[in-house]
This record gives sequence, C-alpha cells and structure tokens, in this order.
Amino acid sequence: MASNKKLILNAGLVLGLFSFIGIGLVSFTYALTQQQIAENERLFVLKNLRELVPEHLHDNDLLADSLQVSDTRLFKNERTVTLYRAFKGEHLVAMIAQVTAPDGYNGSIKLLVAIQENGQLMGVRAVSHHETPGLGDAIDTNKSDWVFAFNGHSLSDPTPAYWKVKRDGGVFDQFTGATITPRAVVKTVLKTLQYYQAHKQTLTQAAAVSHE
Amino acid sequence: MSNFQQIFKNGLWDNNQAFVALLGLCPLLAVSNTVINGFALGLATTLTLILSNSVVSLVRRQVGSEIRLPVFVLIIASIVTVIELIMNAYFYELYLILGIFIPLIVTNCSIIGRAEAFASKNPFAESFIDGLAMGLGFTSALVILGAVREVLGSGTLFANAHLMFGEAAKGMTITVIGDYEGFLLAILPPGAFIGLGLLIALKNVIDKRLAKPATQTVNLTMAAKKT
Repeated sequence: MASNKKLILNAGLVLGLFSFIGIGLVSFTYALTQQQIAENERLFVLKNLRELVPEHLHDNDLLADSLQVSDTRLFKNERTVTLYRAFKGEHLVAMIAQVTAPDGYNGSIKLLVAIQENGQLMGVRAVSHHETPGLGDAIDTNKSDWVFAFNGHSLSDPTPAYWKVKRDGGVFDQFTGATITPRAVVKTVLKTLQYYQAHKQTLTQAAAVSHE
Repeated sequence: MSNFQQIFKNGLWDNNQAFVALLGLCPLLAVSNTVINGFALGLATTLTLILSNSVVSLVRRQVGSEIRLPVFVLIIASIVTVIELIMNAYFYELYLILGIFIPLIVTNCSIIGRAEAFASKNPFAESFIDGLAMGLGFTSALVILGAVREVLGSGTLFANAHLMFGEAAKGMTITVIGDYEGFLLAILPPGAFIGLGLLIALKNVIDKRLAKPATQTVNLTMAAKKT
C-alpha cells in the first residue's frame, strides 16, 4: 500500500516536472520570438496595403492611421472592421478596408478592399481563405488574375443590381466549377463600397482631426 | 546489414509510416495535393520526428511506463509549438504557406508511434536515426502522392515552388500536360484516398516481385524479425 502511494506520487512528480519544462520551453521561445512575429505580421499587412495603394500616392503611415469601425447593417458578422486610410497632406487619397466575406465555400474569406477617394476600386486582395485548392482558390493572386477584374469598378459601374456573378445575371465572371466563392467575394466588395459611400464624409473629416 | 542500415530500410520501405503503417493519414491526405506542399510538410514532420525521438530516448529511463504516454504527448506538443514559433519569427514566408499545417503535425500518430515503439526502448543514436529515416520515408510518400495528384489534377509539377525556394524557383514549375482542363477528383480529398490506395497496391506488387526469386531469404529475415 505504502509503496503504491509512493509510486503514484513519483509518477505525479515526474509528470509535473515535464509539464513545467514544457511550459518553460514554450514560454521562453514565445518571449524570444514574440517581437519578431509582431514585426513580421506588421510588415506583411503593410506589404499587402502597399500593393493596393502605392507609396507615392500618400505621405502618412497607413498602419498608424487605421480605424476600427462597426456597421451592424452591412457587416453583420464582424464586431469591428479595420480601415486603413491613405492621406496626401490632409486629403484622403484612398481607404483600405479589411473585411470578411462570411459565406465562402469553406468558411470566411478575409479580404482587403481598396477604394479610391472618388469611390472607384483600386484593388481587392484575398488575404486569407480556405477555399478548395484548384477551384475556389482562384481568388488568390498567386493562382489566377480573377480579383484584378474589380479594378476601376464602382457603385455606379455597374449599378448595384449587376454587382453579381454572371450566373446570377451580373457582370463578374465566376470560375469553372465554383460559383459560391466568387459570389461571396463580389457581395462583400459591394458592401464595402456601400459602406464607403455612406460614411465618406465622416472618414475624410476624421482625417482632419487625427492630423491636427 | 548494420543496425543503422536496417533502421533506414525500415523507415524508407519496410515499415514506411504512410504506405505500410498507415499512420499520419490526416496530414498525409490533407497536404498531398501538390509536390511542394507535401515536401514542405514532410520536412517539418521529419524535424519533429528527429527531435521528439531524441528527447524521448534521452529521458526513457526517467519516465515510468504508467505516465510515458502523457509525457510523450507533452514533449511532442512542446516541440511542435516551439518549431511553429521559430518558423513564424524567422521563416515568415514559409510559415505563411505551411502555417496551418504545422499544428497538424501533432495529430500525426506516427510521431507518438515512433516515440512509443522505438525511442522509448533504444539508445539516443539509434532513435535519432530512426526519426530521420521515418521522417524521410514519410516525406517521400508525401512527395510521391503529391506528384501523382498534381499531375492528374492540374497537369503541372512543382507549382508554387517559389513560395518555398524563393523567386529563383519560379521556373521550376513543369507543365506536364499543356492545355489541361484539370481533373478535380485528384485534387479533392477522395483523390488522396484513391491515390494512396493505388500507391500501396503498387508497393505490394513490387514487394511480391522482389520476394519471388528470393523466397528463402525473405523467410529467413521474417523469422529473424520474429525473434
């Protein structure tokens, strides 16, 4: 009986020791790498943003001039949407919204949507998604040029009734075998344009405030 | 045959984790849609196997048999988390592609399988080599299955190599079948099962061919294995 107790105690101690070593190792690595990881993520976002709004068009720090907004009507599934704004002096040049299309084929698709001050789209990028390889993943610029088709479009071109994929009677191509993915992307880009139109005034004004 | 040669032969062929032991199917089937994906996950798995085998072998005398499994799980989970953090910090480009697959390594039963079946009973050097050999065997399975699925599914080989080897590798992509419509089944999960099944069948055929002229020796080695 006594030896049994000792055995159990011993086993518990060894297990506890290994947990401590494991936790220690992971915490140590985390502390060591955390800063670098945050920096990597920042640079990655910045790189994506620069691809949409070239550096020479603005003179502010895109990451510093970001806003968290919420719009329960247009972005139902997200509590907040991050907006990055590009300014030249005090004038808004463009806005980039990090939005999520909740209705992709395999869950949500994270998008960056860049809108020029006049409401024209500068570009759309899929930042992260889990769409089917070889089908839905054509939204990725690595895989196909599909997202470039948005460039230059706006709320008046085409009118909202035609902001759909071709199969639904709109103007945007779907890809062979995949309608759900492009449908989700088109819908979310349209919503972002509508958000911009509704809030354009506040967005430019908030600029003046943050630059004082 | 020396001990180490035997370990290598086991890992690469006789007891290949994917084709014979049928372990690690979850990552194997999920990531083998292209050669490059398979290769990258194979390397990460190999690294994990080497480290976990080495550590388990070093502490094998200190850990009683009642608690060995939880201890192995702790060791493997810590190693994988550390690898993930380091990749995230210093190999960010690679991490972006492999990121979601790295935690999947924990679900690869062949890692705890080798810890339990080999490293917990063998000295450091043998365990290290066993991790390497099993990892390479698993990697080759991933690459072969990836190649089959990529050629059948999209008609290319080594697509997206630049994500792993940098811009210079962009020219590595080989278009095997030009103007190919794509064969979706091969890329989707069922294609992974069918492809794996066919490859296992092929391996069995080869094994049978090899065994025929040398039935005698095979029987001898089989007997030797049993003892």
